Amino acid sequence: MNAPETEIQQAVDDPRLQLAIYTATRRLIDHRAGVVNAEVLPYYQDLRNEANAIKKHTIENLDYYLEQLESNVIAHGGNVVFCRTGAEAADFVLDLAKKRGVHMLVKSKSMTSEEIHFNERLEAHQLEAVETDLGEYILQLAHQRPYHIVAPALHLTRYDVADVFTKELGAENEVVIEKQTKFARGVLRQKFLEAEIGVSGANFLIADSGAIVVVENEGNARLSTSAPKVHIAIAGIEKLIPRAQDLAVFLNLLGRSATGQPLTSYTSFLSGPRRAGEIDGPDEFYLLLLDNGRTKLLADPEKRQSLYCIRCGACLNHCPVYRKIGGHNYPWVYSGPIGAIITPQFHGITEDTWLPFASSLCGACAEVCPVKIEIPKLLIKLREEVTEVKRRQQSGDVERFAFRLFAWIATHPKIYLMLASLGSLFFPLVPRIGPLKKWASQRALPEPAHQSFHQWWASRRGSE
Amino acid sequence: MTAREHILGDIRRALRRAAGHPPLETAPLSTPALRIPLTDRNLYAELFGQKFENLGGKFIRVRDTAAVVPAVADLLVQKSAVASNAPFLRKCGITGLPQVHAAFTDREELKAACAAADIGITSVDYALAATGTFVMLSSHNEARLISLLPPAHIAIIPRSRILANLDELLSIVPRPADQTSSMVLITGPSRTADIEQILVRGVHGPGEVYAILVDQE
Repeated sequence: MNAPETEIQQAVDDPRLQLAIYTATRRLIDHRAGVVNAEVLPYYQDLRNEANAIKKHTIENLDYYLEQLESNVIAHGGNVVFCRTGAEAADFVLDLAKKRGVHMLVKSKSMTSEEIHFNERLEAHQLEAVETDLGEYILQLAHQRPYHIVAPALHLTRYDVADVFTKELGAENEVVIEKQTKFARGVLRQKFLEAEIGVSGANFLIADSGAIVVVENEGNARLSTSAPKVHIAIAGIEKLIPRAQDLAVFLNLLGRSATGQPLTSYTSFLSGPRRAGEIDGPDEFYLLLLDNGRTKLLADPEKRQSLYCIRCGACLNHCPVYRKIGGHNYPWVYSGPIGAIITPQFHGITEDTWLPFASSLCGACAEVCPVKIEIPKLLIKLREEVTEVKRRQQSGDVERFAFRLFAWIATHPKIYLMLASLGSLFFPLVPRIGPLKKWASQRALPEPAHQSFHQWWASRRGSE
Repeated sequence: MTAREHILGDIRRALRRAAGHPPLETAPLSTPALRIPLTDRNLYAELFGQKFENLGGKFIRVRDTAAVVPAVADLLVQKSAVASNAPFLRKCGITGLPQVHAAFTDREELKAACAAADIGITSVDYALAATGTFVMLSSHNEARLISLLPPAHIAIIPRSRILANLDELLSIVPRPADQTSSMVLITGPSRTADIEQILVRGVHGPGEVYAILVDQE
């Protein structure tokens, strides 16, 4: 697919949207900066190195830790279901719901479920999946996908929300954010109390404990995992870490990198159904371990590091491209720099060939990544692969011709000099030349030097 | 072949690993790096209070267990409450207050009571000074929903239960799953900033949180 140029142009030309993206990401950038600086967290860089080393070790021994996780979940009375695809995960849930006679389930925020179109798959079989994170709930009502990994509705205003609540729920038009939140709480509270099944994602899977960890601020994940009789967690197989104690590294990084919180409001460490003597909690626990393309990605020793991602969203906030074009112009649920490297690997390199090029390679993403994924390096590798595919398909001839021409000019000094002096003469016209117009519209071009290096050198030698 | 065998097989092929082999290197994992600051333990209570108030919580410090009931009674005027079965609450006399419903053992009864109550009252297993966090392990003493369903939560904390930070918690409870199906870290009130990045407290969990710290148990 080519880049959605019209949509990108619309996003860039929409001042309200630009302001929304800019202020939201700016705030997240500032909050993060306040809690990772050397004064408040002197060992921040050590944490990043440790997180990278632990993830590398786990991913390189993934089968071993998955089996350890599995046996520990079972030891605590839970069930593990391996799912190759989103369809397999959805089929399992549909089947279980049918057995329990359930027509509605509550769900906390999970990018993995977005990835596999979980809700749509269930709704096709008349099983209602209610999103309970406030932002996700608004998006579900508005039939939109998340705009950002941690701030899913950052592109909507309170007026948009008022319209959605009025249109979809028949609510009175209410534009005070506290009252909108209270209204949603009331509607969703009923769902929580009625639901027999709760579905969550998982931020981490803990091999030595057979546990999942869910990090959140609203309390909807706690409710989804504690109020219904059945808890189903869906997680990608790459979410593993070996030991509960490794959370000292990862929890100290995740909240700080995502929203600038040393710890989010709620961190739930959950293993299996409720134990004997425990007053509440679910009777049944199912952990769905999803592949959905992840094992393919493992095969490349260099690119498999993209599986270290803990979905904090910091690379989005710091990316000059994301901050300009916004989340919906990326072709998949994962947007920003991390989306640009994992989407081609999941969907195939020939789809969305523009993605690895939608980066200035400024390196801001790699600098803030808590697990030190080398995003720019992977982007270059993917560019190489895209170019290689194009070369084999005999396309991209113009570019090759241009480079060959340049090589010829550069190796013929007299012609090079002549063209260079002509070039500086016509340089001010660059912003008006068709294909360069767009490129130049976002950049201030430098004035060409009054004197070329060759001229300067010649005059210098003359004066000696 | 099952999906399980497919996935594990694909992983082993990708990593060129044979089945059943433990990792070759354990280097980055031999000792988890736990960082516990060497601050004076007497300062933890004060630090906890500061951090907790920064999050929007209300911090109340009392001298001994006898002072807990008067402090709680102030918060309970015209309100109903559900209390957990924690022995420390009984010791403080909370369960004797007329507005307080306690001694639940049935899940559905507890759920209904919590859904109707104004306030949930619990103790904590630990508290973390560095982040103003309550740590609660689910058991016959502490249920999950009391600190979650009512719009306000009061935690009564013995001073000896305050730890330095998350790292110290993980050194004391290295494998929470050995003890409970649910360990939750509660750091301030329930909050969201999903609409226009404006902070709103009390979305699904309690918007009001109180910590009553008891110096002498």
